[in-house]
Amino acid sequence: MKILALDSSGLVAGVAVVEDDNLLGEYTVNYKKTHSQTLLPMLDVVAKMIELDLNTIDAIAIAAGPGSFTGLRIGSATAKGLGLALDKPLIEVPTVDGLAYNLYGNQNLVCPLMDARRNQTYTGLYQFDENGMHTLIPQCVVGIDEMIGQINDRNLAVTFLGDGVPVFKTYIEENCKVKFAFAPVHMNKQRAGAVAALALQYYKQGKTVTAQEHQPEYLRMSQAERERAEQEKKAAGEPK
Amino acid sequence: MSEQEVKILAIESSCDETAAAVVVNGRDVRSNVISSQIALHTLYGGVVPEIASRKHIEKINQVIAQALNDAGETLDTIDAIAVTYGPGLVGALLVGVAEAKAIAYAKNLPLIGVHHIEGHISANYIENKDLEPPFLCLVVSGGHTHLVRVKDYGVYEILGRTRDDAAGEAFDKVARAIGLGYPGGPKIEKVSHEGNPHAIQFPKPKVADGPYDFSFSGLKSAVLNYLNSCQMKGEEIVQADVAASFQNSVIEVLVANAMRAIDEYGMERFAIAGGVASNQTLRGAMEEACRQKGVKFYHPSPILCTDNAAMIGAAGYYDYMAGKRDGLDLNAVPNLKLGER
Repeated sequence: MKILALDSSGLVAGVAVVEDDNLLGEYTVNYKKTHSQTLLPMLDVVAKMIELDLNTIDAIAIAAGPGSFTGLRIGSATAKGLGLALDKPLIEVPTVDGLAYNLYGNQNLVCPLMDARRNQTYTGLYQFDENGMHTLIPQCVVGIDEMIGQINDRNLAVTFLGDGVPVFKTYIEENCKVKFAFAPVHMNKQRAGAVAALALQYYKQGKTVTAQEHQPEYLRMSQAERERAEQEKKAAGEPK
Repeated sequence: MSEQEVKILAIESSCDETAAAVVVNGRDVRSNVISSQIALHTLYGGVVPEIASRKHIEKINQVIAQALNDAGETLDTIDAIAVTYGPGLVGALLVGVAEAKAIAYAKNLPLIGVHHIEGHISANYIENKDLEPPFLCLVVSGGHTHLVRVKDYGVYEILGRTRDDAAGEAFDKVARAIGLGYPGGPKIEKVSHEGNPHAIQFPKPKVADGPYDFSFSGLKSAVLNYLNSCQMKGEEIVQADVAASFQNSVIEVLVANAMRAIDEYGMERFAIAGGVASNQTLRGAMEEACRQKGVKFYHPSPILCTDNAAMIGAAGYYDYMAGKRDGLDLNAVPNLKLGER
């Protein structure tokens, strides 16, 4: 079984190809260029290097969100275009699950933190044992205080990772009451290899969608929709 | 000698329409699918970029599949992929660009990035098989007002452009002010039929240092001032008269600049394009002005005036024939200038 995985949900652009137990190729770039300019040329480099015939892949995995709205759509449209052209299914891997899977086998709880702006984080809480990864809190968008509160309640050591770490580091150091660590540089951001590894499991479980069905999971309304909902709520609350 | 067929799959997602089309040799439209989001954006009084981008990603595969299906083609029988890469809303453009690149890559097809305005101009080739450069073209839409001299396929000289609001934008703003709502163009045109275009004398703005340039923000302000002064004086506002008089001013300016350029450059053919080009009153005025000069007048049908992918397939074909190819790093360029490559 061969899976192509793409992740452009954050600052990192990543491409990986796995075949059964082998990671055939992986390319990760965390540089200022837009994913629109990097993602497909990166796939081309990997494909050439491993002499990949795209028609031989079984599915295309995508870090399906949350993340940067534009970044998610570049990845999604790329995956949807490949899926359409190659007539292959897509596998939607939740971005935060993919991030957590970087730390497979970690003894601590694993808490990915993505900077969601507006004082919030895209996060979740995970635990590993001999059977693999278990989701304690599914990916969500909350304030850092809420997630640290949940962690403190559990009273277990935790490892943080993600592009939200530098944003929330001071808060963590001041408010996290359990033992904590930060993941090292080679595993602290999105990796397409981790997305591909999870996708292998999903594929075996039959968790695929068609290229047409797929769309990103933003976990957030657009600003215009949010403001409109607030206005309607306000209007409904006013006495007539 | 039989001409070889070049079948282009074209994709357009620069604003609020998700569109795909199959066009053969630039003029023969085999399919033209448009998924419009207008109803959704009407709730917000205009296009919301993030909502537009989300809708594009939701619809794009379906729209492309339908365009191929309607044309009786598959990606295996297509010769090239053309896609709008600017100007437009960056988030919206990126959906079409990423999708087009992925398809072109997976199918090993040539990729052609197309300028949205060149697409609008090229919409005229589709129904007018006799139209060939050189000709003069007025592009009028919600985002653009350009007077362009088309010297050859893919060779453009911009003679004039708006200094502030686009013509369609002025329609939208005035429509909002007189309570007609979005989208303003069709709504103003409709009520104008009931109104007197000479009831109110709005200015016909000229730009002193640019004989072919346009400026519509002063006209829009004049309408707003008129509405305010009526309210202050307690005078009744006749919506249809305001709409008709405003529309009349816009059309007079568009016609005057176009005719001046026709005279100056000795053009024998004149075309209009863009969303506002489907305004029947504008068409009638242009047609009459051209008739008086003995200039042949061209315009696309309304379905090809609105944002669509058939026009991108038409422009893409001439780019393709000129040898233009884009790479896998093609990016969306929201403020792409006409004639810039």
